[in-house]
Amino acid sequence: MKKSFIVLIGIFLLIGLIVLIAFLASISTYNKMVQYDEAVAESWSQVENVYQRRADLIPNLVNTVKGYADFEQETLTRVVEARSKATAVNISPENLTEQSLAQFQQAQDGLSSALSRLLVVIERYPDLKANQNFLDLQAQLEGTENRIATERRRFNEITRVYNTYIRRFPARFFAGIFGFEQKPYFEAKEGADEVPVVSFD
Amino acid sequence: MSYRMKSALGNKIRHALQALVLLAVLSAPLQLISQDVPEPLYPLRLVNDYVGLLKEPQYQHLEQKLRAYNDTTSTQIVIVLVRTLNGISKEEYADRIGERWGVGQHDKDNGIVVLVKPKIRDKRGEARISVAYGLEGVIPDAVANRIVNHEMIPHFREDDYFTGLDKGTSILMALAAGEFTADEYKKKTEGSVLGIIIPVLFILMVIFLMSRNSNRHYTTGSHGTSLWTALWLASMMSSRGHGGSWGNFNSGSGSFGGGGGFGGFGGGSFGGGGAGGSW
Repeated sequence: MKKSFIVLIGIFLLIGLIVLIAFLASISTYNKMVQYDEAVAESWSQVENVYQRRADLIPNLVNTVKGYADFEQETLTRVVEARSKATAVNISPENLTEQSLAQFQQAQDGLSSALSRLLVVIERYPDLKANQNFLDLQAQLEGTENRIATERRRFNEITRVYNTYIRRFPARFFAGIFGFEQKPYFEAKEGADEVPVVSFD
Repeated sequence: MSYRMKSALGNKIRHALQALVLLAVLSAPLQLISQDVPEPLYPLRLVNDYVGLLKEPQYQHLEQKLRAYNDTTSTQIVIVLVRTLNGISKEEYADRIGERWGVGQHDKDNGIVVLVKPKIRDKRGEARISVAYGLEGVIPDAVANRIVNHEMIPHFREDDYFTGLDKGTSILMALAAGEFTADEYKKKTEGSVLGIIIPVLFILMVIFLMSRNSNRHYTTGSHGTSLWTALWLASMMSSRGHGGSWGNFNSGSGSFGGGGGFGGFGGGSFGGGGAGGSW
């Protein structure tokens, strides 16, 4: 009678200890997951910032180019349209899924290609290329593209840290319970490394 | 008692393990990067010439100028001269150097990397100014672009790397210190008619005010200063052509010996700001 009582208490204590350890482990794991989640969200807002910066440059660019009377209106219209499409797509960090990111990327890539088309066309206007205002805008645009590349790379890096963490034990076990999901990566655009071909036909 | 001590110890071990895992995960991408850009030269310095382009006195001049600036403002301007970009773009190369070396202070992100790949035979020369987050406001891309293409590359074309670097860094220093704003610098490089008229009017106005003031027996010291300021402002705003005449911080700061290494990089962060050019 007494012996089995002691065994019972022992078992309870053991279970209690295991629960306690699991609880402590879950706290620190949970906090880590929150920390990484926040880092990804912060990085994402930086990504949106630099894309917004690019969008903000475009009205100025369009106005500068517009001044050249014979400038191809079609190319300009396409840039303006692509800009409004790109600024229409915004994702809050908690809605970052593969699908929403792909949508975001598609809209931004549309603007990228419209812009590079515009820059190719500008090659045919030597006056415009010598315009100091245009040269400034071009430098800002290049700087912004470079910032976009940097922030995208950083986003991918921090997302990789987050994804790796929540897939590893013990976080893997808690991630499902607390609803931490894998986050998507930016993918290199097809043909992004190719230099646009200048044609004069 | 002993339980508490044990759990504290356990916590410490767990934290240490977590830190190790985190370090391993975080350093993985860094290890990839480290093969692309060189380690800083040792002892640490602000002018890192991997090519051997600068003569000893030229190196000393630039190094002491930048070191004095770092000591007084904590803004770190690093010059890097390399033979090859290892197959990556000059933008990425300069940004990576800034990020990996940690140019600028951690809490201010006030670093600048001036990267130059000299023209060697038929290979194009490339130059880039990378600006850390904290200085993007005072040195916007358009201004960095003008510094590279108006102040530096014309000298680089004539194989005068020292003068280009000297002029470029002087303007960067003045901009970063708020000596004059990006807009003022832009006006200077444009050399408009206004750039001549405004200083002239300014001087006339100061002379007028001074002649009025002198009747009222003001203290003498302030007159000298305002005239000096006016002349300085005037020279600053006047048309292009004498870029090297201002921003010469090095004069009078001879106390910085070239012997010891400088204090080290502070951990600034680069977001891709700046501009470049090639010739």
